[in-house]
Amino acid sequence: MGIRERLSGNEAAAIAMKQINPDVVAAFPITPSTEIPQYFSSFVSNGEVDTEFVAVESEHSAMSACIGAQAAGARAMTATSANGLSLMWEMVYIASSLRLPIVMSLVNRAVSGPLNIHNDHSDAMGVRDSGWIMLFSENNQEAYDNLLMAHRIAEHKDVLLPLMVCQDGFITSHSIENIELLEDEKVKEFVGKYNPEHYLLNDKEPIAVGPLDLQAYLFEHKAQQAVAMRNAKKVIAEVSADFERLTGRKYEFFEKYKMDDAETVIVCMNSTAGTAKAAVDELREQGVKAGLLKIRMFRPFPSEEVAEALKNVKAIAVLDKADSLNGAGGALFEDVVSGMYVANVHVPTVNYVYGIGGRDTTVSDIKKVYNDLNEVAQTGNVGNPYRYLGLRGEI
Amino acid sequence: MSNLIEIRWHGRGGQGAKTASLLLADAAFNTGKYIQGFPEYGPERMGAPITAYNRISDEPITVHSNIYEPDYVVVVDDTLLDCVDVTAGLKPDGAIIINTTKDGEELKAALKGYTGNVYKIDARKVSMETLGKYFPNTPMLAAVVKVSGIMTDEAFLEDMIGSFKHKFAKKPEVIDGNMKALEMALQEVTKV
Repeated sequence: MGIRERLSGNEAAAIAMKQINPDVVAAFPITPSTEIPQYFSSFVSNGEVDTEFVAVESEHSAMSACIGAQAAGARAMTATSANGLSLMWEMVYIASSLRLPIVMSLVNRAVSGPLNIHNDHSDAMGVRDSGWIMLFSENNQEAYDNLLMAHRIAEHKDVLLPLMVCQDGFITSHSIENIELLEDEKVKEFVGKYNPEHYLLNDKEPIAVGPLDLQAYLFEHKAQQAVAMRNAKKVIAEVSADFERLTGRKYEFFEKYKMDDAETVIVCMNSTAGTAKAAVDELREQGVKAGLLKIRMFRPFPSEEVAEALKNVKAIAVLDKADSLNGAGGALFEDVVSGMYVANVHVPTVNYVYGIGGRDTTVSDIKKVYNDLNEVAQTGNVGNPYRYLGLRGEI
Repeated sequence: MSNLIEIRWHGRGGQGAKTASLLLADAAFNTGKYIQGFPEYGPERMGAPITAYNRISDEPITVHSNIYEPDYVVVVDDTLLDCVDVTAGLKPDGAIIINTTKDGEELKAALKGYTGNVYKIDARKVSMETLGKYFPNTPMLAAVVKVSGIMTDEAFLEDMIGSFKHKFAKKPEVIDGNMKALEMALQEVTKV
């Protein structure tokens, strides 16, 4: 079953979009996501999709065009990175508040400045509170699979929120790796048709989209968005279960790698999870009870489930590929520890900011973290909880 | 992953080291392997030193970092020997394959005491004789396949003709020359 292929992460995302065949794609090129709309526009030119491709003049316009298309009743997609997402920012919030299930491929890259084109998660962390569902992907396969699941999640009547699928810029977007693709027909059947309940081009139901929303209603609308985000958990679980039945590939809110008897655990997202798996394997051979918890679903954040999964371990390191510059911890760290606190789970937990601006993270870097965790587990002393991994010199 | 082979390519922007690494990944993929092929992106300019990488394994590869202790190093341009530490981390039981006309003594001096196997090939000669132009990446691709034994010569050549037919769909006249470059390079690469 499936088609054995080798593709870069960007190729995988573009192929997913081809198989989804959305009504509208609006995008503006920015490294390292440029190839996605580039490949996709060739599918349009070759007649392999019947999508309306809008070559806009900026990312602000790209998101605006997606909003217009989706509000009109179309299925819209885009792709971007870093400063492209920054320029979209105003419209990113509008997309979610208008409850438009747009799907974005976000190829993670450091937000300037100074100018850096390489991978970290500062772009994604900048929109973590914008009301978009955010799925993270370890490799090309997960970037592809998450995109195939995206529309069914986003368009579900209990959700109706936009969704972004993240993958690491260059590290996976530009690395050719093995992948298993689904046949076009199976994707078409799985994704299904988009049948919006309310849309602008429905002449039988005239509606207004995005009018003034002041003291009397905005609060309630925001609360409805929050309910939709909570509802997304159930829908993500259902769609992922369907996808597993189709492909045999199991996706949960997070992946537990060798967690059953784990004592020291790293929590991280995207490609570093793969490197951490290799580190866990090597440490396990030496008898170290190392484990990994890889977050796939970052928004909504699976607070209760993460706390439950971590409650019996001895020490935890949360790896953040973006520094929140708040004098405290990174975004993922704060989500993990607050989830544990609320669930009355008390395990010594430290935060490492790592990989900023494309700083390479190796198996030996990860093993160093597990080594540090052994010390934390043995002494019960967290020491400085706000740490760096791979930073030169002393701070 | 004891069967894992890691390869680091050193070239200059425009010489096709990245393309060669992707073609090698393709060829290994077609023999049923798990592969990675990726360049290290920097400020890319024609002539600037660039690095590309391959991982090839019988098992799925999860590591996503650059390669610091390669089994093989391929040097596409011997002027890099003066400015890049090409043997950095190279395993002593591995090998380095250099596009050069320098003799063994000169190479030994340039490789700063590397004790592993050193192979050389005059990729310029191969390329000029078969393609009439200097494209060093095609001969170097054949050289690394020969030295590493990732696949047999026959399997490699059979696969590459398919790749070239796809890659050069719009200029089929260069396919023969590229195939000849591969065949000649498989014979020309020699141990120093």
